[in-house]
Amino acid sequence: MVVQQRIHYGQASRLPEIVETPSRYRNPIGKYIVRRSSRCTSCGRCAKLCPYGVHVRYEGYSQPLRPRSDRCIGTKCEANKFFCVRNCPQQALSVGINPIMETLGDYRWTPEMIVGHWYMAETGNLPVVDLEYSLGFSGGGFDKMRFRIPDKKDYVDIPDVEIDTSIDLNRRDDGRPQRTLSLPCYSGGMSFGSTALSVIVGRARAAKRLNTLTSTGEGGYPLEFVPYRNSVITQIATGLFGVREETIQYAPVVEFKYAQGAKPGLGGHLLGDKVTPEVARMRETVVGSALFSPFPFHSVYSVEDHKKHIDWVKEINPLALVSVKVSTPTDADMVAVGSYYAGAHIVHFDGCYGGTGAAPDIAKKNIAMPIEYAIPKVHRFLIAEGLRNKVCLMASGGVRNAMDVAKAIALGADGCVIGTADLIALECVRCANCESGRGCPRGIATTDPELGCMLTEEWVEQRLVNMYMAWRKQWCELLRQFGMKSMRDLVGRSDLLVHLDYLDEDERRKYTPAPKPGAAL
Amino acid sequence: MPKKYAIHTKNANPRFPPVGKYATVEFREDCAGCCSACVKKKCVYGIFKENFLHWSSMQEPEYLYICKGCYRCVQDCTKGIFSMSINPEYRALGDEYWDPDIISSTWAQAHTGRIPVSGAGYRGPFVGQGFDSIWTDMSEIVRPTRDGIHGREYINTTVELSRRPTRLKFNQDMSLAMDLPPILEVPLPVLFQKPEFGVLGEGVLLSVLKAAAAMGSLMFLKPEDYSPAVAQYRESIVPCLTAQDYSEHADMIRNSRMVELAYGPSIEREYSRLRSIKPGLAIAVGMPLDAATADRALALAQTDVDTIHLYGSSHGREVDSNAPRYMKDMIRQVHLKLLQGRVRDKINLVFSGGMAMAEHMAKSLICGADAVAVDVILLVALECRLCYRCKENKPCPVKLEEVPPEWGAQRILNLVSSWRNQLIEVMGAFGIREARRVRGETGRSLWFEDLEKENFGPLFGIRKVAGIG
Repeated sequence: MVVQQRIHYGQASRLPEIVETPSRYRNPIGKYIVRRSSRCTSCGRCAKLCPYGVHVRYEGYSQPLRPRSDRCIGTKCEANKFFCVRNCPQQALSVGINPIMETLGDYRWTPEMIVGHWYMAETGNLPVVDLEYSLGFSGGGFDKMRFRIPDKKDYVDIPDVEIDTSIDLNRRDDGRPQRTLSLPCYSGGMSFGSTALSVIVGRARAAKRLNTLTSTGEGGYPLEFVPYRNSVITQIATGLFGVREETIQYAPVVEFKYAQGAKPGLGGHLLGDKVTPEVARMRETVVGSALFSPFPFHSVYSVEDHKKHIDWVKEINPLALVSVKVSTPTDADMVAVGSYYAGAHIVHFDGCYGGTGAAPDIAKKNIAMPIEYAIPKVHRFLIAEGLRNKVCLMASGGVRNAMDVAKAIALGADGCVIGTADLIALECVRCANCESGRGCPRGIATTDPELGCMLTEEWVEQRLVNMYMAWRKQWCELLRQFGMKSMRDLVGRSDLLVHLDYLDEDERRKYTPAPKPGAAL
Repeated sequence: MPKKYAIHTKNANPRFPPVGKYATVEFREDCAGCCSACVKKKCVYGIFKENFLHWSSMQEPEYLYICKGCYRCVQDCTKGIFSMSINPEYRALGDEYWDPDIISSTWAQAHTGRIPVSGAGYRGPFVGQGFDSIWTDMSEIVRPTRDGIHGREYINTTVELSRRPTRLKFNQDMSLAMDLPPILEVPLPVLFQKPEFGVLGEGVLLSVLKAAAAMGSLMFLKPEDYSPAVAQYRESIVPCLTAQDYSEHADMIRNSRMVELAYGPSIEREYSRLRSIKPGLAIAVGMPLDAATADRALALAQTDVDTIHLYGSSHGREVDSNAPRYMKDMIRQVHLKLLQGRVRDKINLVFSGGMAMAEHMAKSLICGADAVAVDVILLVALECRLCYRCKENKPCPVKLEEVPPEWGAQRILNLVSSWRNQLIEVMGAFGIREARRVRGETGRSLWFEDLEKENFGPLFGIRKVAGIG
């Protein structure tokens, strides 16, 4: 049996390359908007001065191009000598907050968080614009948690490449391969059908480069995955779409999806409009007919039944690890223990605020508990049962950004599963119309013959690589502040977290206050 | 297996252009005039197809009900002349409780009969006040399934409004040695009542009554609202009478399955006289949901009443209080009082006031209600914008006084069907096949205060911020 070697970013050569990958759109949206009036004489001074590339002017053109407002750092630039507005001899330039920001985003994914992630996906760096990309308006959970103010003397001054952000997926010591991911997260299941082929294949390519994983979701296993199969989890969900012996044999990890955070207890749902001929062929169903995955597995009514299924998978693929994806009911802790005893290597909890291609709004808002509660609950119970070191605990469902990942790990998770942030990196605006008609008008969550071809695999791959490399920079800085060299040291360190609602007024003032939503919300 | 209950839905188009959330703003002076490649023609939703009149009359901004906010026009326009804003008219809809999103979602449900389904994750706050501080539970494995709505299993939403004997007596030959009270059931835990305000012409009342008749529900209505047209639906009406006036409405009582009496001292003395007018009549007692409600309900439960109807405020709160409690807390209080008094199973509790979403119905049941009565939401289903102009005797922007009953009834049926299907989604998730069994089943719910205490308490200590923070 081949046991894979632990790979992590202890070696600089392993870091995937960041390549600037601009927006697909002619007019990218930024926090600020720069306007150039008709007084402009195209003298080119602004283009020479601005180091951020807001003003683009090609020699020989009589007119400068429209300003790249998304690159503008806004009013804080007033302090700089090169501030274009002040330097314009014709006073033709003005800078202000982009009014469109008011219409973008929601309580969980704020406009600044969305724009910040677009920037990361484009550049691979953390935004230079003053964007709050780590906290949302939700008024609870991660948005009320902060890392304690670190002691300056704890700081370890080491470069990013020497910091270990890896996690191990197999802790059972059962003779199956160890799988070590270089990041403390992998990409959650998105099926072919709910999402464009270029998106899911692009995710697989990014996963391979990042030495992490992505998941098929329950839409079958397109052949395009095969070159990246060592980075692709095969999901077995209740509809069993596309689950075949070979797709189980391809996979380094096989995931049983019992429930999904956005629709716990309800099973999957793909509306008829999105069941195109290709999707129907892949899922072996009828074109245009809505697909409901049942809930639950009708062959699983006990932990023993569950074990039986895991045993089958282990028998079919002796090298595969097994993940069990569940939602967050009140007895989440018992579910985790049951899953471990049934043979799971990974227990993946998907909290109620997780993403989806389609779910009833009543389910998304109301069913099951937020992941912020489930993580410490399960972590504590696993410790009490003496099992915490034997199972990999992954969290998802409302884990939006790098700091959410770090907070989830400090609460007790080993790592996180990411879905929505991947789509944001691909310029999703969270208009929430993934489910309807032809699907996503931006070409992400659609298999429409026209819309589904708006993205290329290469573009998707690089945008994701860039975003995760930017996240990694945030994690490295956090770990350095607390004197840590490995993400593994952060697991369960809830003592490093504070919750604003549990602090006295004086203490609370020391931390960034919870952001408030604008009038639009 | 009994025949499945179904509410028949069909599209009931809005009579007036609904107020949309987004507005596109164009800076046309910068338009490149590249009409053949104009982004308006590429709109996936075709929202500009009907808007050519705006172009010709140079009206702007264009308020677009069907705009989904995908930003493609904004981002693709050759010259970047598009921007987007939130329609101020949309923001002005309703108030803090009946917010624009609730109103807009209700319109869509009344229009199509479909439950709100969307992509992406939940977009709202982590937690909210009242019902928004409760999550419903689910189970991973050992539960019945929502396949009920697709044909496999039967999820029953029927609830009773008639009282139940707490024990049965049998003769030696095992025949019943007692008379059983008649059973009054409604097929789903939603009843109707007349809103406290609004343009409540006969068209509106007939719409509600027609819908109640079609779906087998009931509407609470005062005698002054009766008219010959209304009286056609007497089987679906619960007349709301008082101890002083019920004797004047004997005909009304004879034609009804249930009568509601306004609460008053010694109201139980009137039951036998009411039932002498119509034997077997189900009797409800209506009372405000205030600080004394729980004690009054306990005393009433000892009498021969079938249902207690508790009226909260239109914003889902206790009434007559300087610090009104939320509906969820009031329901819990009354329910638990009756449980402690060991009479909860005898009678039924119907709560009304501020029932704005399907989840309010489901959570009311979890808190201890048998059913809810809805009012304001019926007006919203009929396109009401909750502008409250009617309170100032100003004309209604959607002409509620002209609502055609056929159309109105279909809008209400669509809405209630959507609510029922959402209740089934929730019941399927937490694994209960009978709406009656949801009553008071807090074990299938998760409460903010408990979750914070159990999960964050050990990490962060004592919470220093009251409420939801």
